[in-house]
Amino acid sequence: MSDSNREAVLGSLRRALGRDAPVDEDTAAKLRARMTGHARNIVPARTALDDAGLVELFETMAQKVHATVAHVASMDDVPGAVGEYLRGENLPSEIVMAPDATLDAAPWSDNSLLEIRRGAPVESDQVSVTSAPAAVAETGTLAMYSGPDHPATLNFIPETHVVVLPAGRVVKSYEDVWDSIRAQASDPESGRGGQLPRTVNFVTGPSRSGDIEQTLLLGAHGPRRLHIVIVDGE
Amino acid sequence: MSGSTTRNFKSNAARELANDTLRAALTKSKGHFTEGRSTAAENLPEFEALRDQSRDIKNHTIEHLDFYLEAYEEKVRESGGHVHWARTAEDARQIVLEICRSVDAKAVNKGKSMISEECEINEMLEANGIRAVETDLGEYIIQLRGEKPSHIIAPAVHLTKGQVEESFRANHTHLDPDRVLEEPPTLLDEARTILRKKYFEAEVGMTGANLLIAETGSSVIVTNEGNGDLSQLIPKVHIVLASVEKIVPTLEDAATILRVLARSATGQEFSSYTTLSTGPKREGDTDGPEQYHVILLDNGRTDMIGTEFQEMLRCIRCGACMNHCPVYQSVGGHAYGWVYPGPMGSVLSPGLLGVDEAGHLPNASTFCGRCEEVCPVRIPLPKMMRNWREQEFEKHLSPGAARAGLGLWAFMAKRPKLYQLATGVQMRLLARLGRAQGRVSSLPLARGWTKYRELPAPEGRTFQSRWKSGERPL
Amino acid sequence: MSEAPRVALFVTCLVDLFRPSVGFAAVKLMQDAGCTVEVPEAQTCCGQPAYNSGDRKDTIAIAKQVIAAFEGYDHVVAPSGSCAGMIMKHYPELLADDPDWASRATDLAGRTHELVSFLTDVLKVENVAAAFEGTVTYHDSCSGLRELGIHGQPRQLLDGVEGLHLRELEDANVCCGFGGTFCVKYPDISNRMVSNKTEQIVATGAETLLAGDMGCLMNMAGKLQREGANVRVRHVAEVLAGMTDTPAIGEPSDGSASS
Repeated sequence: MSDSNREAVLGSLRRALGRDAPVDEDTAAKLRARMTGHARNIVPARTALDDAGLVELFETMAQKVHATVAHVASMDDVPGAVGEYLRGENLPSEIVMAPDATLDAAPWSDNSLLEIRRGAPVESDQVSVTSAPAAVAETGTLAMYSGPDHPATLNFIPETHVVVLPAGRVVKSYEDVWDSIRAQASDPESGRGGQLPRTVNFVTGPSRSGDIEQTLLLGAHGPRRLHIVIVDGE
Repeated sequence: MSGSTTRNFKSNAARELANDTLRAALTKSKGHFTEGRSTAAENLPEFEALRDQSRDIKNHTIEHLDFYLEAYEEKVRESGGHVHWARTAEDARQIVLEICRSVDAKAVNKGKSMISEECEINEMLEANGIRAVETDLGEYIIQLRGEKPSHIIAPAVHLTKGQVEESFRANHTHLDPDRVLEEPPTLLDEARTILRKKYFEAEVGMTGANLLIAETGSSVIVTNEGNGDLSQLIPKVHIVLASVEKIVPTLEDAATILRVLARSATGQEFSSYTTLSTGPKREGDTDGPEQYHVILLDNGRTDMIGTEFQEMLRCIRCGACMNHCPVYQSVGGHAYGWVYPGPMGSVLSPGLLGVDEAGHLPNASTFCGRCEEVCPVRIPLPKMMRNWREQEFEKHLSPGAARAGLGLWAFMAKRPKLYQLATGVQMRLLARLGRAQGRVSSLPLARGWTKYRELPAPEGRTFQSRWKSGERPL
Repeated sequence: MSEAPRVALFVTCLVDLFRPSVGFAAVKLMQDAGCTVEVPEAQTCCGQPAYNSGDRKDTIAIAKQVIAAFEGYDHVVAPSGSCAGMIMKHYPELLADDPDWASRATDLAGRTHELVSFLTDVLKVENVAAAFEGTVTYHDSCSGLRELGIHGQPRQLLDGVEGLHLRELEDANVCCGFGGTFCVKYPDISNRMVSNKTEQIVATGAETLLAGDMGCLMNMAGKLQREGANVRVRHVAEVLAGMTDTPAIGEPSDGSASS
C-alpha cells in the first residue's frame, strides 16, 4: 500500500510544482551540494566571545531557565561537589551514572557516601549523573548524545539530573554542535560507524509546563532539577 | 471529515463568547504569550533577519519538496528506520494500526501531535482496543475531559485551574478524596505520578515532528515537559507522524528555524527539550526504541502547492498568530471547530477540508494584520484569507443577502453621479432620523450594528455636495 | 518644486456620507501647509468592501475609476489609513497583470498618502497651530499602523497642540472590531472586541478619543454611547485643524452630551 501511496504523493507533488518528473540532474546536483555543503545561516553575535566569556554566558543563560550551576577546579573535585549538592537538596545518595570515559576519570571511590550504579536508569532511580560532550553558550543549552556510554533515558527518568561539564566543551552555537557530531560520525575511532547518535538531546534547564493557567511549573515529566558542575580546569 | 464543526463557527462562537470561565482563562494567558514574544524578539538583534532566512529556507524546500523527501527517505533507511507514505488520513490510520498490531500493542504513549488529531488517530486506536495515552500535561487534562485541544501549543489554555482540579478529582478516584488539590504544583505532581507509571507500560510511542531533516534523516521534537522524549525512548517502537512540509534540508537550516520557533511560540529562547531522533537504537545502546517508523502524510498539502495558498506550507506551528489574534482571543480555539484554530487554521482548514466546509473561518477576520506581523516565517495570512473569500465569491458561497448588499454598493460605487444622488438622499433621511440624539439606536437594515452599538447620525449633506456648492474651510 | 503642491483629496465614503467636517478639516490642514487642494468629482469609494468580500472584478472596476479620476495631481491624500492603504498597497497588486493599467496603478500608489503622515513625512509639518483643552487618548487603526507604519506621526502633531494632554491607550494597537463588513457579519465577536476597547478607553480617564479612520471611530463611538460612557469621539484631523466646534461623532447638533 505504501508504495502506491508514495507514487501518488510524489506524483501529486511534482504536478503541483509544474513538473512531470523529478528535478533534472543539474538541479539535483546543486541541491545535493547545498546539503553536503551545509552552509551556516546567521549565528547571533552574542556568542562572539572568548572562552571565558562563553562559559560565563552559558552559566547566565542556564541559570535564567532555572538550572543550578557550580564550579570545581578539576575532575578530582567532582565527586565531592556532587555529594555536597545532593546533601544540600536533601536528596538520596543513590545515583545511576552514565558509563562514560569523562566520568571514569573522576575519583568516585573517594566519596563512599555515594552509591553508584553505571548504566541505564530504571523507574525508581531518583538521581542521575552524566557528562555532556558540548554545551551551547548561546542559550545555556547542554548537548548530549545517546550511545552505549550515555543512555538517553538518564536525561529524563530520574527527578534530579546532574551534568558534569568540562569548561572547554562550552561552544558558541548549535552550529558548533552540528560540526562536532558530523566529525564524530565520520571518525572511525569514535565507534559511531558513520552514523549520528540515535538521540541528540538539547537540554535547556529542567522540565517544565505552563499548561495550568500559564503557571510555570518545574518537573512536568522530565527532571525537576538540573544541576551543572562546570570543571574549570578541563 | 467527521470531526469538524467549522460550518457552525457562528453558533460555536456565540456559545464560547458566553463562557465566562473561558474568558477568564484567555485573559490570563494572552499577555504571557504576547509579552514573551516581544521580549524575546527584543533580546535578539538578529531576530528579523532570522525570520527572513527561515522564510527563505521553507520556500526553497517547498519548491524542491520531492527531491528533499526522497533524500530524507534514503537517510532514514540508512539509519535503520522505516518510511511509510500516507496520501490520506485513512492511510495514516491504517499504517499506525498495522505497526501497532505487529507488536501486539495494548497501549500507545503519545507526545503532543496535531497531525494525530487531524488523522483522528486516538479514535481509531480506541476502536481497535488499543489505549491511546496522552502524556503531554495539557493533552492529558483534555483527554480526561473528552475535549479537543483549543490551541496548537497550549492545548488546555481554555481551562482554569479549578476545572483541572475538578477533572482530576473525577478521574483519579483511587486517591484520597480529601486531599488538597487546588494549586498548580499539586495538580502537576498528581499528573506526574500517574503518568510516570504509564511511560513504562506501552509497547509503542508516537510523536509528531516539528522538523524533519533531509541531510541526516532525523526527526525533531520541540517540547518543555520531556514527555515526548519519555514516549519515544522507553517503548519498543517509535512512530513519527509528520506531514510532508516539515522537511528542511540541513542541520543548519533546522537551527535557524529553531531560533525563531520557541521565541515566537512562548517567548523562550529555546525549549527545555529539543531532540533529534535518527533511526532505532544503535548496536550497544542500552535504551532507545528497537523500531523507528516515520509516516509521511500528504492529506491535501500537495494540492495546495502551485496555488495562491502554497505559502501556508511554511507554517512551523508556533501559535504566535493565534496568540496575537483578537478574534481567537475573544472566542477561543474550540469555536473554530477543527484541529487548527486562529489565523493559521483559518487559512489551512479550507485547504484541507474544502472551502465549502470551512468557509466561515477566513471570513471571521478584520484583517488587522497582527498575525502576519508576528509570523516567524512571514506568511501573508490576511491575503490568503482574502483569497479564500474570492473563491467563495466565485462559487456563490456567501449568504445571499450579504452578496446582494455588497453588489448594490459596488453597482453604485462604479457610478459616481448615481451614487451621489442616492447617497445624498439617504444621508439626509438618516440625519433627520438621528437629529435629536445625534445617533440612531435601532435601524432595521443595520441590525447587526445596532444590536450592540448606537449608529452615529450623518451630519446631513454629503461632503461632495457641500464642496460642490462652494463651501470651504474657514 | 517651488510651486504649491497640487493635492487631490480622496474624501473616503464614510467621511463623505457621515462626517464631512473631517474632509473640511483635512483640506484646511493641507491648505495651511501650503497646498492647493481639489476634490475630483468622480470619486465614490476605494473599493475595499468589494475587495474584502472576494469580489475582485468589481474592485478592479472601482480601482480603475479611482486611478483615472486622480491622474495628474502631485499628491492624493485620504483622511484614512485603510483607504490610503488600499490604494497604495493593493491597487498595484490588483492591476499587476493588466498592461494598460499596471503602471498607472503603481504611479497612483506612489503619489497617495494618508493625511497625518502626509503632513509630517512629505510636507515636513512639525507643529500645527491648534489648541485643544483636555485629555485625549489615541487608537491606532490597523491598516494605518501595519500597512503604512503610522504611529509616531499623529502623536508628534498632537504633542504640539496647545492644552492637549495625551494619555496612551492600553492595547492601542489592538483591533477595535470594526473590520468593514466583519462587524455586521460577526456582530457578537465584534462586540466583544469593541467592548474590550471601550473598557480600556474609559480606563484612561480621557475625555476625548481620537483616531485616523472613520470606520473605527464610528464603531468605538457607537459602543461608548450605548454604554453611556462620557467620552467624546473625533477624527484626529478635527483636533489638528482646530475645528472642534462641531458636535463630536454621534453627538446631537445642539452640543449636549449624550445621555
